[in-house]
Amino acid sequence: MIGIRKADLERLKPYGDTMDDGKTQLSFSLPVPAGPEAAEAAKRLVLAHGFADPMMVRMEAMGPTMSFFVFYGAMQQTIDYKNLVVPKAEFEALDMHQIDDLIEAQFGRRLVVVGACPGTDAHTVGIDAIMNMKGYNGHYGLERYKMVKAVNMGAQIPPEALVARAIAENADAILASVVVTQKDLHITTLTELVEVMEAEGVRDRMLAIVGGPRMTYDLATELGFDAGFGPGSYAEDVAAYVAQELLRRQGKAMPVRA
Amino acid sequence: MMKLPLDNAKVAYARSLAERVVSPLLESFAARSTVSIERAVLRLYGVDGVDHEDIPWPNRVVDRLKQDGRLTTGAARALAATVRASGLPVQEAAVHLAQHGLESDLNDPTEAGAAREWAELEARKALTRLAATRQARRETRLRLGTGPTPQKYLIVATGNIHEDVPQGVMAARQGADIIAVIRSTGQSLLDFVPHGETTYGTGGTYATGANFRLMRQALDEVGEELGRYIQLTNYASGLCMPEISVLAAQEGLDMLLNDALYGILFRDINIHRTLTDQHFSRMLNAFSGIIINTGEDNYLTTADALEEGHTVLASQFINERFAKAAGMPESLMGLGHAFEMNPNTEDGLLYEIAMAQLVRQVFPEAPIKWMPPTKHVTGNIFWTYAHNTLYNLVGVLTGQSIELLGILTEAIHTPFASDRYLALQNADYVNRYARHLSEEIQYAPDGRIARRAAQVLDEAVGLLEKVADEGLVPSVAKAVFAGVTRLPDGGKGLAGVFDRADTYLNPFEALLARQEVRA
Repeated sequence: MIGIRKADLERLKPYGDTMDDGKTQLSFSLPVPAGPEAAEAAKRLVLAHGFADPMMVRMEAMGPTMSFFVFYGAMQQTIDYKNLVVPKAEFEALDMHQIDDLIEAQFGRRLVVVGACPGTDAHTVGIDAIMNMKGYNGHYGLERYKMVKAVNMGAQIPPEALVARAIAENADAILASVVVTQKDLHITTLTELVEVMEAEGVRDRMLAIVGGPRMTYDLATELGFDAGFGPGSYAEDVAAYVAQELLRRQGKAMPVRA
Repeated sequence: MMKLPLDNAKVAYARSLAERVVSPLLESFAARSTVSIERAVLRLYGVDGVDHEDIPWPNRVVDRLKQDGRLTTGAARALAATVRASGLPVQEAAVHLAQHGLESDLNDPTEAGAAREWAELEARKALTRLAATRQARRETRLRLGTGPTPQKYLIVATGNIHEDVPQGVMAARQGADIIAVIRSTGQSLLDFVPHGETTYGTGGTYATGANFRLMRQALDEVGEELGRYIQLTNYASGLCMPEISVLAAQEGLDMLLNDALYGILFRDINIHRTLTDQHFSRMLNAFSGIIINTGEDNYLTTADALEEGHTVLASQFINERFAKAAGMPESLMGLGHAFEMNPNTEDGLLYEIAMAQLVRQVFPEAPIKWMPPTKHVTGNIFWTYAHNTLYNLVGVLTGQSIELLGILTEAIHTPFASDRYLALQNADYVNRYARHLSEEIQYAPDGRIARRAAQVLDEAVGLLEKVADEGLVPSVAKAVFAGVTRLPDGGKGLAGVFDRADTYLNPFEALLARQEVRA
């Protein structure tokens, strides 16, 4: 009896039901009628992308001139997982009470966070999930935190207004939430936000944080933010980061907890 | 049909409370107008087009009148006086009015009388033209017939109308009954309606008369080919509600999202501005036979569906009352609600059924608009597909009318052609497979579903009592709906509201209110 092979971390590839089989699901449409030619074209496209053994499990006609495909194929590419370096917000995960205790002990005052959906973005679901009392999916929002003053300005807030409010509130951090990313609208808005902060001379006085379903730490820092939070982030992630990053900037280390 | 044991007296009481909420506001609608109502009036008379800077002529005229302090008697009076004095056709007279201001003396009784006569006569003619458009559309709809309920509503949103059109046609061929062209992000905050065919938009396509016309024509053609009438919908919300209603009537749209409360809460539009706009907008929609869609479903994207379901019902009662006040029959009231409970809720499906059935029974004649899950959609497209399947099941089980199909890539991107295709497959499967389920089962009289529905109705009555006592405007300021606070002098567009002068003239409003021209 031979044991199950371990993942080769220097040559990582997808796992279907056997180590290193590379099996991947694909679905796409082609703007041609379903038929033998469409099937062959689809298969060649999958092959050309480096999938071995392309298997068309389904072709359907989505109309007279459009076809829909489901494929499986074996990915041939591998990635060196072992030596991968991914920049990300560095902080220790804490829950709401731990964060409140940390802020109370280390700052002795409430931290102020001003949030909004900047620009024309009208989707408040992200900022509400992080800031509103109720939070999201059982994770309370920042309004619930004893030691956080959370100001949620809502949707379609011009960057100037967001920064002005942050200055008026003497904020420790600005939270921008961007949902609409079509045509890179969010890039323009977020760039403008950082520029306004710089023009007002407050870029170094407060943390600039951005969140959204398409957001990554990499993109956020590239745009001039301190951190970016993608899908699956909750209020405690943002709050834990804010508290610990502010501490770090004051030259204090995160206290070791019992 | 399975029915909930509803307390009809309580439903009637809720309606009387909604009347108490709405009545005090009707006086203010009669005493005020807005820049967008005046622009709508100009459009009704046939003023159209843009100047060399792409500013619409209706805006140019209204801005000029406002600047000269001559808007309070109404754009109709100014246009009529200019046509009379200059002898120019309407469009040229409007351009003249925008460039030179009002040159006539409205205090001259003979001239004022003649202007009024022109304004009333031309308003009658304009409404007669719109009535003909409505009638032609009604005939096509009857001849071709529409799909069975729930009617499947799908969105296109490429930003480019020339890309939207083939996508809308494709969706119709795949089985869609209703096509919505989502507007470009931020259009609701523009205080003008862009002009012409547009090819650039973010997250959607600009609503313009020309874009309406292109999509309408394409859907009419594919409808003939399929032998099924395809309905077209767009968005009369935001700062240009009345103007969008005019363009939709002229171009033969079937539905419009039309909800001031939605604009107030989710677009931060001033409450006085948008309620005043909404009233005239709904009068036009009633006349044009356009079904309105209300936006209560959105409450549940911010507030919790289990805890705040009653705010949806209370708002529906209020929206029903506003619509009645504007002359709308129930058959045009597409009141909105949604399937937005947290999927981790034990028995969540039962509570969703309770809410959907309750709304269905409380508004039996209304083409209820039912919205799919968005809040708890994660990006796991396989899970979302399952989520949407249960949504579809509740839709067919409780007899929802207008069903916006859930898209498996919700919250990822505007739908791929294949996303719409899969959404239609899902809905068709469920609707076919469970078509008569509701005729075969009954609710336990004191079961979880019946108790939940009774509770939501009770809580809605409680909320309506509070809103009736305090007034709608103060209640909205206290974050009663969707947990959002909006102050009476806050939000966008308040500067566009004005008090009417004693000699204010808007013949359309009078004709629509008296229902003298029949659609």
